[in-house]
Amino acid sequence: MINIHEVIETNEMIQKENLDVRTITMGISLLDCTGNSLKDVCDRIYEKITTSAKDLVKVGKDIELQYGIPIVNKRISVTPIALVGGGVCKSIDDFVTIAKTLDSAAKTVGVNFIGGYSALVTKGMTPADELLIRSIPRALSETDVVCSSVNVGSTKTGINMDAVKLIGEMIKEAAELTKDTDSSACTKFVVFCNAPDDNPFMAGAFHGVTEADKIINVGVSGPGVVKTALESVRGENFEVLCETIKKTAFKITRVGQLVAQEASRRLGVPFGIIDLSLAPTPAVGDSIGEILEEIGLEYAGAPGTTAALAMLNDQVKKGGVMASSFVGGLSGAFIPVSEDQRMIDAAACGALTIEKLEAMTCVCSVGLDMIAIPGDTKATTISGIIADEMALGMVNQKTTAVRIIPVIGKKEGDSAEFGGLLGYAPIMHVNPYSCDDFINRGGRIPAPIHSFKN
Amino acid sequence: MNKAVITVVGKDTVGIIAKVCTYLANNKVNILDISQTIVQDYFNMMMIVDTNESVKEFKTLSEELIQIGEEIGVVISLQREEIFNMMHRI
Repeated sequence: MINIHEVIETNEMIQKENLDVRTITMGISLLDCTGNSLKDVCDRIYEKITTSAKDLVKVGKDIELQYGIPIVNKRISVTPIALVGGGVCKSIDDFVTIAKTLDSAAKTVGVNFIGGYSALVTKGMTPADELLIRSIPRALSETDVVCSSVNVGSTKTGINMDAVKLIGEMIKEAAELTKDTDSSACTKFVVFCNAPDDNPFMAGAFHGVTEADKIINVGVSGPGVVKTALESVRGENFEVLCETIKKTAFKITRVGQLVAQEASRRLGVPFGIIDLSLAPTPAVGDSIGEILEEIGLEYAGAPGTTAALAMLNDQVKKGGVMASSFVGGLSGAFIPVSEDQRMIDAAACGALTIEKLEAMTCVCSVGLDMIAIPGDTKATTISGIIADEMALGMVNQKTTAVRIIPVIGKKEGDSAEFGGLLGYAPIMHVNPYSCDDFINRGGRIPAPIHSFKN
Repeated sequence: MNKAVITVVGKDTVGIIAKVCTYLANNKVNILDISQTIVQDYFNMMMIVDTNESVKEFKTLSEELIQIGEEIGVVISLQREEIFNMMHRI
């Protein structure tokens, strides 16, 4: 039988170290919601979401109460809308109408985000894909909880540089449309290389076409728990350090597995995956930056950061994989700047630069996340930053992403305020030299040689 | 059996266990195990209980225990046992 010390350990993780389940995300396929008219499609989408997810929030709250573990977010991901709306959407307005339908369905069931206003264009864009991408600025500025993503490259297909160029321009437009709120629309958009079909985390969640009709994916968290565990092994060697991270990751992930199984059982929806991610929040004691400091760095970004992060990420996976029956999504340590107090501090004091973050993204899950840059940054420069990050993902056969916010009206050294889980971000320095001629070439970058494995 | 764990954390005072046990007995919640310890000057008690025969729903039990805790100045929580088993047993 369980003993009192084990009970105390678990409850201290929850009460003092911010252990929580970051999200229960229900993936819903909208492939059966096509129709003859825009209204028809919107009605079907609304109906399917509000029926499938009607109990999602209630079940999440029940589980929280019965197990005493906070579940911070309840979310929905849907089939990429470019596929669902392609037949009936002939204008930007048409796609924005679908975005508003998603927004209203999400609000009806009470979830805090709905993802999947997306297009998959790794090799080429259909007219519908291109129209959806062009509609993203309006879709994000005219809705509250809709999140959007575009997959522009993969190891198998290379990088669609036409899409990369278009997205640079699109991000600037989205920033301009929401300049009154520090260009907040850009916080709801991610551009990916090798996007996973089962990611539960926003803003990049969508329900891939390889998935079942409905699925429950769970994202765990717990940087504070890892940080506290590491405090007890200060000065010990890497073997001890790694063992400690692994054991802690196991415990954190087991809680996620329990919540996922329970949610799946109570909702009658199959369990998909656990995303083994250390996801920080702006709260003190819930930070990846703090873990890196505890490992022995003065600030995140100091020499040694990439090695420390590589080790951390690997140990989190090794501990987590055994704790769960299925793992997937992004799985690793997130290194957003704005959502993590110690990363904000590191960026503000100059220890952490975009270039160092780029190196760090080679060894952690995802990529340049929640980076605020000056509002007058050129669209081609944004495309250049995206292309670099996509190349890392393509060559290293991993998921990479960019969520970048050119904050209109602000310059390097200022600060942008997004509120809530998104926190605030210092405006970071951007390399001022041009890549115009590179981005304006057009076409696509071929897949790397090591993708030909057949 | 529907096993749950009750934890009581706070400053030690007369009658904590009596009060919680009386409440549980009145609601037909069976106590399977009790242990207590002092951590950093705080009184920590854990009870493993069976709520199978309980006359009240889990949610109500949980809310009323929290309220009893507030009356005697300790923090009481009720959680289903699986969360601890999952974390500490393979």
